[in-house]
Amino acid sequence: MGWLGLAGWLGPSVVLILVVVVYPLIETVRSSFQSFSLTGAVKGSAGWDNYRTIIENPAFPRVIVNTVVWVVLGVVLTTLVSLPLAQLMSKEFWGNRFLRIALIVPWATSVVMSAIGFRWILNYYYGVLNPLLMRLHVIAAPVDWLGSDRTIRWVMIGVVAFVSLPFTCFALLSGLRTISDDVLEAAAIDGAGRWQSYRHIVLPLLRGPLTVTVLLNSIWIFNSFPIVYVLNKSNPGYLSDTSTTFMYKVAFLTERDVGAGAAMSVLNVIVIGVGVALYVRRSRME
Amino acid sequence: MAARTTGRATIGGTAVAVVLLSPYLVMLFTSLKPASELSLTPGRLLPQDWRFDNYVTMWQAAPVARYMLNSLVVASSSTLLVLLIAVPAAYASARFAFPGRRLYLFAMLVVQMLAPVALIVGLYREFASFRALDNLGSLVVINTAFNLAFAIWLLRGFILTIPASLEEAAWIDGCSRQRALLLVVLPVIRPGLVTVAVYAFIAAWNEFIVALTLITTEAKKPLQVGLTQFIGKDEVEWQHLFATSLVAIVPVVVLFLLVEKHLVGGLTAGSVK
Repeated sequence: MGWLGLAGWLGPSVVLILVVVVYPLIETVRSSFQSFSLTGAVKGSAGWDNYRTIIENPAFPRVIVNTVVWVVLGVVLTTLVSLPLAQLMSKEFWGNRFLRIALIVPWATSVVMSAIGFRWILNYYYGVLNPLLMRLHVIAAPVDWLGSDRTIRWVMIGVVAFVSLPFTCFALLSGLRTISDDVLEAAAIDGAGRWQSYRHIVLPLLRGPLTVTVLLNSIWIFNSFPIVYVLNKSNPGYLSDTSTTFMYKVAFLTERDVGAGAAMSVLNVIVIGVGVALYVRRSRME
Repeated sequence: MAARTTGRATIGGTAVAVVLLSPYLVMLFTSLKPASELSLTPGRLLPQDWRFDNYVTMWQAAPVARYMLNSLVVASSSTLLVLLIAVPAAYASARFAFPGRRLYLFAMLVVQMLAPVALIVGLYREFASFRALDNLGSLVVINTAFNLAFAIWLLRGFILTIPASLEEAAWIDGCSRQRALLLVVLPVIRPGLVTVAVYAFIAAWNEFIVALTLITTEAKKPLQVGLTQFIGKDEVEWQHLFATSLVAIVPVVVLFLLVEKHLVGGLTAGSVK
């Protein structure tokens, strides 16, 4: 088959990726070296000024720390909850189907809508979380979860872990399914306790799926926008922003500085690039 | 012993399920409250006066019907485009040996990892220069591109499991490659096609940041953007907001249940077997 024939099969997909992924990437890099007026018109070349502007922004160090905490704790929390949950799902029990359906709901629902739900639940005055925790004597007085920068970051990490659970559980579950019962039985006959066989047989065999979910979740949580956008929407400044929402605010909302936003985007893309490189290195192409 | 462990699993599993569903149950109960009960302090879980007619009045509260129609148009058009473009691409990358095939598949894997948010500044500048801001067609094109990689990888996997002899038999009977793809391959990979269609539809239905950035006219906003603009305002009609959300969530959950078992494989395609 000639190139022309091949273009008929693959052409549309190649064109679409060039137009919607490759060109915008180039355009982002180009914009990061241009200066813009407030209306978005190009004023001229900016050299490295946009990068200087973004790095010298007083909020920049805070944003970086927020991002690291957000990604690392989000991924760790998701993984630690998913491991036992996947183990539970792999068992036959009455109600297993119900659990699977319950786990589908946060997966299928748009993150925006889940975040809106949490915003209402966590509301200082009208939300149901404060009265619930007070009745359980966990807290003595209502907490302004979303209004204080001491609590909002932990709340947001909890929410991002909540929406990341379903994919992670199902991925680990499909990993668990590949472990044959014979191996576990043999271990039990040899006198291995439950924890021992989990630690020495199940976990090592789960290494593949674990690495994949950790890498994918890291990239997805780094890129996650709606949770911080919705939960943090009433708070001024950048105290609780991650590098993704910071970039967006600088470019489109607060400062409307497209050039500085583009510079932040480029830095973000570099970070994502590292994650993607780690991920595709694992891939088996054929 | 076995019965006791299953009993414990049932209790644990049900407790976890309730926790997972609780935010959506709160949304459901809130959607059934009258406006007066929304400003009660402390907040209560259940309505005192159950207002099922909120699901009727919500359609007048905001241009909800318009938002849903916009989302429906964008999601179904981009689903159709994803299928039309991904099927031949997946077939060619599974069946033809050509130089650059590895590069093509590799590029698709990278694209699958990228999210529109990372490129949003460039996308905005590009579509502004096309004079295609505030245009639902732009949303269709962007959603299609970002869901394409998943579709190609997943369908390719399905096609690779079909023995080539099946198609060869059709060729001998005088079928062209294209006809054999249509008549022999497509019926066999139907579960894959359904999975891709559902995934592409839900992803576009739930897409937020591109629509938030590109669409400015009220009448063109899709649901996700239409709803979030009320957040942070003083007078939020939460009961209508959540009624609308649930109407948008339920069909998507049902669709998702149909294809769940193929999704994990698709999302991690190319990484582990």
